[in-house]
Amino acid sequence: MLDETAPRRPHRRRFLTRSASLFAAFSSGLVEARAEGLSDVSPWMREQGAGISPYGAPSPYEIRVARKPRLPPPFPTSTSNNTPLQASYGIITPSGLHYERHHGGIPDISPDNHQLLIHGLVDRPLVFTMQDLVRFPSVSRIHFLECSGNTPMWTQAKAEWSVQDTHGLLSGSEWTGVPLSTVLAEVGVKPEAKWFLAEGADAAAMTRSIPIEKALDDAILAYAQNGERLRPEQGYPLRLFLPGFEGNTSVKWLRRLKLGDRPFDTREETSKYTDLIPGGKATRFNFVMEVKSVVTSPSGGQTLRGQGFHEITGLAWSGLGRVAKVEVSVDGGTSWQEARLQEPVLSKALTRFRLPWTWTGGPALTASRATDEFGNVQPTREALIAKRGDNARYHYNAIHTWRLTADGRLANVV
Amino acid sequence: MLSKSALTAGFLVVLLGHAMADDHLYGIGHPATASEIAAWDIDVRADGVGLPAGRGSVAEGEKIFAETCSGCHLEGGAKPFAAGLDVLVGGQGSLNTSKPLKTIGSYWPTATTLFDYIRRAMPFTAPQSLTNDQVYALTAYLLNRNGVIGSDVVMDASSLPRVQMPNRAGFIDRDDWRTPKP
Repeated sequence: MLDETAPRRPHRRRFLTRSASLFAAFSSGLVEARAEGLSDVSPWMREQGAGISPYGAPSPYEIRVARKPRLPPPFPTSTSNNTPLQASYGIITPSGLHYERHHGGIPDISPDNHQLLIHGLVDRPLVFTMQDLVRFPSVSRIHFLECSGNTPMWTQAKAEWSVQDTHGLLSGSEWTGVPLSTVLAEVGVKPEAKWFLAEGADAAAMTRSIPIEKALDDAILAYAQNGERLRPEQGYPLRLFLPGFEGNTSVKWLRRLKLGDRPFDTREETSKYTDLIPGGKATRFNFVMEVKSVVTSPSGGQTLRGQGFHEITGLAWSGLGRVAKVEVSVDGGTSWQEARLQEPVLSKALTRFRLPWTWTGGPALTASRATDEFGNVQPTREALIAKRGDNARYHYNAIHTWRLTADGRLANVV
Repeated sequence: MLSKSALTAGFLVVLLGHAMADDHLYGIGHPATASEIAAWDIDVRADGVGLPAGRGSVAEGEKIFAETCSGCHLEGGAKPFAAGLDVLVGGQGSLNTSKPLKTIGSYWPTATTLFDYIRRAMPFTAPQSLTNDQVYALTAYLLNRNGVIGSDVVMDASSLPRVQMPNRAGFIDRDDWRTPKP
């Protein structure tokens, strides 16, 4: 990750070209380095800086903090793009770094042309424009979103994977929208309605069946994220948001909800998003993203420079509710220490954990283990595979371990 | 003849009922007409609800597949465009092995899903451009390629829901998704 041949004192003109290695140093916080001495007034204090701008962008020195796909996609519009968790702070992902998963590309939809139809087992089928929807009483809630294909560690893991590769189909945001229950009251839910179909206005016309109970519990028709309208890749102008459920069910570019008395048997809940279990059958409606955590720093691909103090930090989450406890091990799970949970600790949201640690220079196996408020404990890999086999493709939530070697390098344990 | 008090009570019940019904209504939204709903209501359920009129044969499907689908779905759906992408044909008997091959024939539990998915999302470069007859024909072709139906069977709204998929009993529906109450 770090360019060890780079000079430690870059000339200002060469500073930008060297930003990659400096980024790695600053963002990881692992390297002791000084760009300049304190001998002179800095040049940027001797002239006026840049002026204002209509929409701010990250510092050019952070250019390497970017989404990236784990594999080059055969079809650029049907692919995913991972969040750089190794360079994320707190519990909110900037909207521009939120992971992407599209099945038919990102449609270009003017809010003036977007409408939501709700029909099926309702008293009054209604169409809502975006101007209609934003008139309803709204809520803002902080929740994680995780693709159920996150952490593809069943059989194909690679030692060189970073936390962006292993866990980057995970992001956290504040979502603003109308509770779906409010809008369903407007159309009137017939008693025999047990499921609803959510359909997107993309080239995949993405569809999933969701239990009506979820709609009446905490589902949101979201039109905003992190203080602004949704980004196009997050479903602009309207998406379904189902807290704690696998990401695919939070259908983007939402155009239609149809209430019915049974599931709709779509391709995305039969051929996909189902998991083989031992014996050859498969489970479906694996909605909940179960309790999980990962150390984001220090993590795979990073290098510790020097013994001494390092904070171990990471993220924990549960699709059922709050994280109650995170334990950290530096000896591969032989012993565990309880990490500090940083407030706020919110239901179905990313929770930041921290543990002070002093590296004495030897090899280590660092791992985290989360427990949610209902006592569900993140399983070991062995326990997960004993239960579910290794023909599954989704919902891998096992304890994740990074291998630290004496040279300070960290790698994915496979 | 009803007494005055009974009439008043009845009137109050009507009023109260109306008030309760309106209590949670914001009066936002526009009534959806039957034709508006029909234009968007494209989903097809396993029992066949939602299947449109039309029909298609295996032979017609083979021709359409060669013209429209074979650029990505190679060798009649037996070979993927790239490693890791979907194989449409084969794999029966593989689900309980260390190399499961999930195809239409080996994995998909319901035949109607094939019609629904092709109609809404295929061909990849021009979704929702096929006629219903073409979608029926492609469905027939792919079911035949998987040995699920014979080569002379025609697919329509009546025959498609009756197709028995080999893995129709292969799924277990989970119901443990509710948020527990602490």
